[in-house]
Amino acid sequence: MKILVCISHVPDTTSKINFTDDNTKFDTNGVQFVINPNDEFGLTRAMWFKEKQGAEVTVINVGGAETEPTLRKALAIGADAAIRINTPATDGFSVAKQLAKVVKDGGYDLIIAGRESIDYNGGMVPGMIAGLTNSNFVNNCIGLEVDGNSAKVMREIDGGKETVSTSLPLIIGGQKGIVEESDLRIPNMRGIMMARQKPLTVLEPIDVAPETASVKFEKPAQKGAVKLVSPDNLDELISLLHNEAKVI
Amino acid sequence: MSVLVYTESDQGRLKKTAFEVASYAKAVADQLGTTVTAITINANDTSELGTYGVSKVLKVSNTALEPFNAKIYASVIQQAAKKEGAKVVVVSSSVNSKYLAPLLSIDLNAGFATNVLEAPISTSPFVVKRTAFTNKAYEMFQINTDVKLLGISKNSFGLKENKTSLTSEDFSPSIPDSGIHVESVDKASNKVTIADAETVVSAGRGLKGPENWGMVEELADVLGAATACSKPVSDLGWRPHSEHVGQTGKPVASNLYIAIGISGAIQHLAGINASKVKVVINTDAEAPFFKAADYGVVGDAFIVVPQLIEKLKAFKAQQ
Repeated sequence: MKILVCISHVPDTTSKINFTDDNTKFDTNGVQFVINPNDEFGLTRAMWFKEKQGAEVTVINVGGAETEPTLRKALAIGADAAIRINTPATDGFSVAKQLAKVVKDGGYDLIIAGRESIDYNGGMVPGMIAGLTNSNFVNNCIGLEVDGNSAKVMREIDGGKETVSTSLPLIIGGQKGIVEESDLRIPNMRGIMMARQKPLTVLEPIDVAPETASVKFEKPAQKGAVKLVSPDNLDELISLLHNEAKVI
Repeated sequence: MSVLVYTESDQGRLKKTAFEVASYAKAVADQLGTTVTAITINANDTSELGTYGVSKVLKVSNTALEPFNAKIYASVIQQAAKKEGAKVVVVSSSVNSKYLAPLLSIDLNAGFATNVLEAPISTSPFVVKRTAFTNKAYEMFQINTDVKLLGISKNSFGLKENKTSLTSEDFSPSIPDSGIHVESVDKASNKVTIADAETVVSAGRGLKGPENWGMVEELADVLGAATACSKPVSDLGWRPHSEHVGQTGKPVASNLYIAIGISGAIQHLAGINASKVKVVINTDAEAPFFKAADYGVVGDAFIVVPQLIEKLKAFKAQQ
């Protein structure tokens, strides 16, 4: 089985979010970048398929050379090879187009992406790859088994979960649950050393016209200070929630 | 060229979010000088859509459309959009709509904006305001395609009444093969879900153990709320994963979010920030949650919560 894991290169969750160039660009100054958490859950599941079912795992990212350390980290975790498509990730559609080309050309059986990236929160790339390649697609995946050409997938739904059966090629929008937090792997020294030897192929992009564009960013207004209520005066809290906030 | 809105139902009944996305579609239609057509799939009574500005409803009734299937639903909505010549298509941010929308975007060649908060800032160029960086920023987002697809953030635009005379039409789209077969659905039918709840009561490690969740459930009962928990609590197995809210868990956009014994790690706050009013109950006055909350009680949850339950019961009895 050939697995392609799509890796988004995102600011660490604790990063301060600021913008430059008259609020038109994300300010990467001093920001630590990581593998998108939703993608990391999927990558970890891919490692399981590699170890238990002999799958071959390639990781891929659309971005400039600055994203390579993130791909190297995925290699250090255990992926066999990496691909970087050498173009900035402009919008969800153009990223999906670039990835769909590699999916088709590479003959991948299973494509695992995260349900959304934690930077732009588009949540559209996995589904768009499925639409563009006419593959099966399950989003919000919280469990995945593959047996030959068939797959059994658990999907989170509002208020519960659903189990579906489908066949490869299959695109997954993964999230926590596909593996647990405790299953995530920290690269060890041997992994880091080996990652340097593994192939990282740089592909030139295909021509795609983006469908959307980021015009400007704004930061939410500063929140007012919290109103503290004494634990001996909970009637006041109820009164505030009823009369002021009007939520009960 | 109307605005098409997919108004979701659950077991034949339109969901509350259906009226929110309909209200949104009406605002867009007013800007464009056109009307709103809604599409429903196996919904029974659709008359209430007229209250929120819908002029026409395309009713699809077909048992082959149960249970939900993203690819098939995307195809059905695409056929409706084509029939109506819709230039703007509006969907909600439910789990199912987020699943079908990227497929629909490809089917329609429509540029897609998710997490949209407000009516378009302008329609030419077409620019909307959406959240990005997990609620830490807003993005002004331009769609350049002829057809536009918008996913509306839950509880952002709200319900806006706009009485409109509503006509109804049966619509029988073709049903494509899907390649996905639902084997089983495991869903608690009598519980308020985090996605639909107006109020969410959430608790963290401050509760010391799973045996202490009785008061959290009771508080949720009194408020008609859903229960949720922080990440460490679900990682420890005290509560099911389905209750985990935060950046890697479920997003929350309720009217009221009550956090009990949750310190307020940045990942947690990111996931619940879209809630309108936040209340924190914590012994530690230095807990970061107090910076994010609207109302706070510095106190022991084991004393405060039972008292709050009694006082709320008395309050509810008076209402």
